[in-house]
Parts: sequence; C-alpha cells; structure tokens
Amino acid sequence: MSTLRARHLVIDIPDRVDGTPLDLEIMTGQVWGVLGPNGAGKTTLLHTLAGLRPPRRGEVLLDDQPLAELRRRTIARQLAVVFQERQDGFPATVLETALIGRHPFLSALQMETAEDVMVARQALSALELEGYEARAVSTLSGGERQRLAVATALAQQPRIWLADEPTNHLDLRHQVAVMHLLQRQAASGRSVFLCLHDINLAARWCDRILLLYPDGSACWGDTESMLMPAALEQLYGQKLSATRLDGAPVFVPRLVDAGPPGG
Amino acid sequence: MAGAEQPLPAGAAAGRVAPGLARVWPPLLTLAALSVLSVLLALSIGSVHVPLSGLLALFGSSADPLYYALVIELRLPRALAAFGTGGLLAVAGALMQVLLRNPLADPYVLGLSGGAAVGALGAMLLGLGALVVSGSAFVGALLSTVLVFGLAHGTGSWTPTRLLLTGVVVAAGWGAVITFMLVIGPTERLPGMLYWLMGDLAYARSAWPSLTMLAVACIVLAPLGRSLNVLARGPLQAATLGVSVRPLEWTVFLAASLLTSVAVITAGTIGFVGLVVPHMLRLVFGADQRLILPASALAGGSLLVLADIGARTLMAPEQLPVGVITALLGVPTFLYLLYRSR
Repeated sequence: MSTLRARHLVIDIPDRVDGTPLDLEIMTGQVWGVLGPNGAGKTTLLHTLAGLRPPRRGEVLLDDQPLAELRRRTIARQLAVVFQERQDGFPATVLETALIGRHPFLSALQMETAEDVMVARQALSALELEGYEARAVSTLSGGERQRLAVATALAQQPRIWLADEPTNHLDLRHQVAVMHLLQRQAASGRSVFLCLHDINLAARWCDRILLLYPDGSACWGDTESMLMPAALEQLYGQKLSATRLDGAPVFVPRLVDAGPPGG
Repeated sequence: MAGAEQPLPAGAAAGRVAPGLARVWPPLLTLAALSVLSVLLALSIGSVHVPLSGLLALFGSSADPLYYALVIELRLPRALAAFGTGGLLAVAGALMQVLLRNPLADPYVLGLSGGAAVGALGAMLLGLGALVVSGSAFVGALLSTVLVFGLAHGTGSWTPTRLLLTGVVVAAGWGAVITFMLVIGPTERLPGMLYWLMGDLAYARSAWPSLTMLAVACIVLAPLGRSLNVLARGPLQAATLGVSVRPLEWTVFLAASLLTSVAVITAGTIGFVGLVVPHMLRLVFGADQRLILPASALAGGSLLVLADIGARTLMAPEQLPVGVITALLGVPTFLYLLYRSR
C-alpha cells in the first residue's frame, strides 16, 4: 500500500535549477534512505514531504490526497518528523516533551489521559530513557536529546516516519538501537523515510535508496542496485573503497591517491 | 532497547511530571487565596490602619463612614486596578516567552509598554477621546511587537542577544518619544503625565477595564494552553504535531499587545512583572502553559497589589511610583536569567 507519494515533485532550493522531478511512492513496510553531500537538499526534501515547505513544482500526496489540502492535525495523526535541529531552550521535563507527541490526538481542553502518559512512558523506555522522566531537557546530553526526539515521534504512533539524521549525536550502540527500532516500525506496517550521512547505516538498514545530487538531479531504487561505488564516488566527490561485511556492503573513504574533492 | 517490551517502572519519578486536571487546581486555588489575601492587606494597610474587624464591619450595617470612604472609595479601586494590571502584564509576559521561546521576554523590556504609552500619550495630546486613546495604545503596542519580532527574526532564528538588543533599542526609542511628548505637552499636566514613564497606580481611574480584559484573556486562552506548550518547541515541531502555527502565533501577538495596552492605559509603563512572575511560577510548577497562564494572572495580580502597598507606605507620606518597586524586583531577576542563559 502506498502511503506517501511524491508526484513530479521539485523541491524549492533558491538559485537551483529544477533537476530531476521526483516521482516516488513510499510504501508500507519500506525503509527509505536519502544520501547526498552537504547542501544537496536532503533536509529540504524531508520538510517538503512533511508539508512544512511548499514545493516549487508537483505535489505530495498522503493516501492520494494532496498534503496541501489536509489540515495539519490530520497529517499529524499519520506522520511524524524527527528534526535534525531542535529548539528545546524553553524549560520542560523529559516526560512533558514526550507527551507532546500525543497532542494531535487530544481536543483543545482535554488533559492527557493515563493512557497517553503510558504511551509516552513506553516510548521513553523504548529509547532507554526510563528514569529520566522528571529531568529537565536542558540537562540532557546531545545524544539523550536525540533519543528524546525519537521517543516523542514514537509517542505520536505515526504510520509514516520522516527522520532527518536520526542517528546524530548517538553512540554506536544507540545508533544501532534507533535504526533497529525504525526497521521494526517498518516491519510492523509503517513507512520510514530517513536522511542519512552514513552510507553504511543506509546499506545495512534501508531497502530503498534515493541519491540526491547538489545540482538537483536524483535517482532512486533498491539498495543493492543504488549503492554502486562509482555512483557514490560521484555523489560525494570522494574515492571510496568497498567491501562486504556481515552480508551488507561497507564503504570507507580511500585515502591513497585521494584527489581534492570533486577531482 | 532490547528490553523495549519490559514492564514499565511503576510510578517512577511521577509527581510533578504528569500534567492533569488534578494537578492544575491546587496551585490555582492557593494562588486565588493569595490574591484575596493581598487585596485584603491593601485595604487594611496605609496611612490609617484598618483592622480586619473594621473591614468586615463595612459589609454590615454599622459601617464607620470614615472607613467606608477610605476603604471602598479609595483603597479598593486602586487595589483592584493593581490586581488587573499586574495580571495582564504577567500573562502578556508568559505569552511572549512562549512565542519567543525565551524566558527573558517581557512587554516592558521589549518595548511593547513603551509603544502603548506613546500611542496613548499622542492621542491625549491631540485631545482625542478615551476610546481613541485606548485604540491608539493598542496600535502602539502592536507596532512595537511587529517591529521587535520582525527585526529580531530577520533571516535567521530569534537568538536571545538579537532579540533583547532589538527590544531594548525599541524601548529606548519609545522612552525618548515619551520624554519629547512630555516636554512639548502643557506644563500643568506634566505631573499627571509622568506616570506613563514610571508606572504609577495613583492615577488609575477605573479597575474594570483591566479586570474585564484579564478575565476575558483567561477564558479565551484556556483552550490554547496545550498548543502553546507545543509551540514552545519551535514552529516546525509544532506544525508536525498538528498546530496551525501562523494563526496561533498571530493570536498570541495580538493578545500580548492588547493585554499590554490595557495595562498601560490603566497604570502607565510598569516594568518586569511579566518577567518575574512567569519565571517564579515555572520554577515552582513547571512549564505547562495550561497552569502557567491562569497562575500568572493570579500571581501577577497579587504581586502588583503587594508592590503597590510598598509604594504607598515605604516612604509615607511620600508615594513612590509602583514601577520603582517592580524594577527593584525585576532587574536582579533579569540579570540573573541573562547570566544563566547561554
């Protein structure tokens, strides 16, 4: 089943030509990974798919309905976004932060129910944040805040996950844990769409890959067919060495005969 | 993570973290009691001390006419005006802090009060009616809000430094305009007009506009509490959680400007109430706006009533402008918050 679909979509990045219009469907059960160098427009694409920015051309459809015509509240009940940058300067506790994931499901004057609190606590526990409930967000480390952001999205119980660098600031164990959590979400009938820096995380955890080039061109397909060393070298302007480990391709920058970027 | 399905720790760190109706009422009732107490104190304390028994007797048939005139005609209107003004300023401050995601925001510091004062003074100097004076104060406050938010926002996000600099400069500008208006204004009205600069409840004419506006604000803002909690996490996050960000932001803009302008019309530019009160309340009760907004109304009102008692009695028989007292409380709080913020 298709859930989120981009139709002739061109994201709006100032002073850039249109490039390749995106025609892709994010199906139930899929984990998509977007790869591209800095400034290729990964975050802009994610925000456009979430309906937070208008596209330059084309449209985004949620269950065949244009996103632009849906109320934010309707979208919020289906789709969660984990942002790369967060504004958590305003005082709040960890549980209060996770509980705002329940906001789309409550009416204006309704207080959070015991069930909402339970959902939020379970989300915190799934991200190994149990016992942190009463902590002020400002006292958390970068990695703990990142996990809290994922937990807040988890409390939203979305059908579609859009996550911008969900493994930022995370140590190796928590990187694996978060990717595993997202994979299980997809396996249980949700769709997951991730922007990633790390080719190797994408290679291991994603089944669909979208390569986004700085000039606006793009290509997408199965992970196995997309993660070709030559394509990736062109994408990042960096020579790579490739091998296979534990059944997944692994790429590392090649330092011998490394020319200047793009050369 | 492997243990995601394990049972939850029962009631771990519960207490102040789980919001609910049961959590909202005790603090609000406590603050309401404090409000009543502060007004009673204001009725009792002054050049002539009226004991509690004397206050009670006023409602009986054996009311002392002297006490009646003193308490009901002089002290009560002033105390209620103080309560309304303080409540308005505290709620306006709490709203701006959410909108800017910054605990340093305050209608006085950011120049809203100054804009309202300029609007009101300008209309008065032109000899326009009370309604125009009020409308003009609102336009002044709104203009100030748009200026500060527009300029401080610019192309990037609101950094505290940029926001405060913009606000302080705008406030200083309004201060200069007020001084200019006072200089060109008729001399005989000068003493009565100076209160726009310092904030003085001695000139408050009626308590009803501020009290009515405060009640309306509490009712209108009540359904927005949780949306404001979400907005405090930033506009993008709020939008993905189903908040219509622009309409909500404009509602808060307008509300903060309106509340500030009514407060300024009542008592001039009283500073720092909007800064001190929400800050203290957040320290005690957490940052849930469903509690903080009504609590700010009650605590802000009580604080200004108490501050005004100080203003009337500290240098008696001389009366201080109440703005002096709130500045004594507010400036250290502001500096402390600024020091703590990154």
